[in-house]
Amino acid sequence: MTTASATAESAGAPARRISGRLAWLVVLLVAAAVAPFVLSNYHIFQATQIVVYAIAVLGFNLLTGFSGQISLGNGAFYALGAYTSAILMTHYDVPYWATLPVAGAVCFGVGFLFGRAVTRLEGLYLALATFGLAIAMPQVLKLDAIEPWTGGSQGVVLSKPASPLGSMLGDDRWLYYFCLAVAIVLFAAAWNVMRGRTGRAMIALRDHPIAAGTMGIHVPSYKARVFGVSAMYTGIAGALSALVAGFVAPDSFTFLVSIAFLIGGVVGGVASIFGSLFGAAFIELVPDLTKQVSELWPSWHWLADVQWPAYGVLLIVTMMVMPGGMAGLVYSVQLRIAASAQRAHRPPRS
Amino acid sequence: MQAFFHQLLSGIADGAIYASVALALVMIFKATHQVNFAQGEMAMFSTYIALALTQAGVPYWVAFVVTLVFSFVVGLAIQRLLLRRISRLPHASELTAVVVFIGLLIIFNGLASFLFGSMVKEFPTPFDPAAWYGSTYLSSHEVGMIVMTLIVLGIVFAFFRFTRLGLAMRAAAENPQSSRLVGIKVGWMLALGWGLAAVLGGVAGMMAAHKVFLEPNMMAGVILYGFAAALLGGIDNPWGAPIGGFLVGVLVNLAGAYVVGSHLQQAIALVVIVAVLVFKPSGLFGRTVVVRL
Repeated sequence: MTTASATAESAGAPARRISGRLAWLVVLLVAAAVAPFVLSNYHIFQATQIVVYAIAVLGFNLLTGFSGQISLGNGAFYALGAYTSAILMTHYDVPYWATLPVAGAVCFGVGFLFGRAVTRLEGLYLALATFGLAIAMPQVLKLDAIEPWTGGSQGVVLSKPASPLGSMLGDDRWLYYFCLAVAIVLFAAAWNVMRGRTGRAMIALRDHPIAAGTMGIHVPSYKARVFGVSAMYTGIAGALSALVAGFVAPDSFTFLVSIAFLIGGVVGGVASIFGSLFGAAFIELVPDLTKQVSELWPSWHWLADVQWPAYGVLLIVTMMVMPGGMAGLVYSVQLRIAASAQRAHRPPRS
Repeated sequence: MQAFFHQLLSGIADGAIYASVALALVMIFKATHQVNFAQGEMAMFSTYIALALTQAGVPYWVAFVVTLVFSFVVGLAIQRLLLRRISRLPHASELTAVVVFIGLLIIFNGLASFLFGSMVKEFPTPFDPAAWYGSTYLSSHEVGMIVMTLIVLGIVFAFFRFTRLGLAMRAAAENPQSSRLVGIKVGWMLALGWGLAAVLGGVAGMMAAHKVFLEPNMMAGVILYGFAAALLGGIDNPWGAPIGGFLVGVLVNLAGAYVVGSHLQQAIALVVIVAVLVFKPSGLFGRTVVVRL
């Protein structure tokens, strides 16, 4: 479907466009770097949350957008990552930063095995199986047998990571920069993978699995690996979310988490790396916005109540009119501008 | 032994619900090769309509019929007004369909919370608790539920087997192009199929609501068992779906009682789904599909 935006992102675009993109990237990074010094504490928390969601939505996009495997259950890996991190910190006194690689590795392993089991089948079945995974996850987390570690339905409370720079950089800001650094590494890695051989193989898997197979791409193993990587990204995001929220509990990992990633992915553009950022901002800020509106104008309180149905409508409309999401929209606007610029340069026809 | 029988029979009663849901899923899958993730939420929404009617003083069976008509119209309308357009989009893909169904799922779920509140509500049963067919093993509601489901399944199968319209619908699902050539309105057949699936879901919802209580997330578990049932029976076999439903009902109840405990029942459904997909993707009674290059 959104092949156009995907190939533009992965294949080499003209040099002028790359430098333009680089300029945008620098602006974005500078904005991200100074943000904590201009924002209030609550907004720093929100920004941190956006960064965390961005990683998770990117994980979703790698799987669903780029390699065409529909996952409705990435929330399960988010939960797995969060719990891995929480258990390591509370039971084994592992420092918070060291829990991230473990959470990533655990999620990669589980995701790889799950993917290996079900990816031999059509995409629809994967959607079904992951849907089941997402629904069953809270029940599994409440399981009595693992309660000593997971705390049952009470969950686990974590202490907030302390800033190594002390009062120079508050704990909230430190956590923000920490998440930002992790996100930058993961985004750069995804970008690098997607423009190389592996990325092209993933897109080939999506667009024509049979042709990809005949070209020598081992389809099931590639699919399982992509599933593992997606689970890893989501798991690391989950681990970060545990640090940000300060606790983990089964009821924060319902099916709606997976749906939120789907919304973020679709709205931002499923086959776009930077679309993930937009999608993450969307799923963090829009609920907050509707809440603020209903607090300011109580007669508008229904706005917060119809939020989920409105998301549903948005999902359907986005799929109908701009399947490339925000990234697809931006890309087509860029194309228009480029085309009209070209027309302007051409001498008028006599 | 008595406890075992009790678990077995109440598994069959639960299975009746899963059988209807599974059959609804299979009907849509057969016609369109799509899985309706919103099936459960549509059923839940219908059940709220039934509750509103009975609370307004409408007799149960009248409310029952009105609700089924409502479900039918909603199902038909979704197919005619929305899905038909989606399937005609130039960029339509599997992802488009799945995202649209998830969109429908959250629309129905959110609308139910918005309109009816998210409190857990009791739902009436038409079967008198003191009726003669109740026993120590099964409540009269459970017996009624099983009989009800068998009647509905009977009607559905008779409809597809013995009526011209049923034949036309089967033809449209099996081979749309040839059906169109012999004058069957394939588009409308699909819409009818959606309506019927919604009716089946509505029956399941109203039967389930007395047991699990009515709330917007009531069907999340049920739809999962419904998927497991449909896959186990073979997702393209309408006969397999009810059998899968009863099997899943019994399996989940027995495993919940004797093996894993009642807290892991949804995980059993997940295990069934994954196990079927890995070891026998065509299910017990499905056709093995060979793809031609």
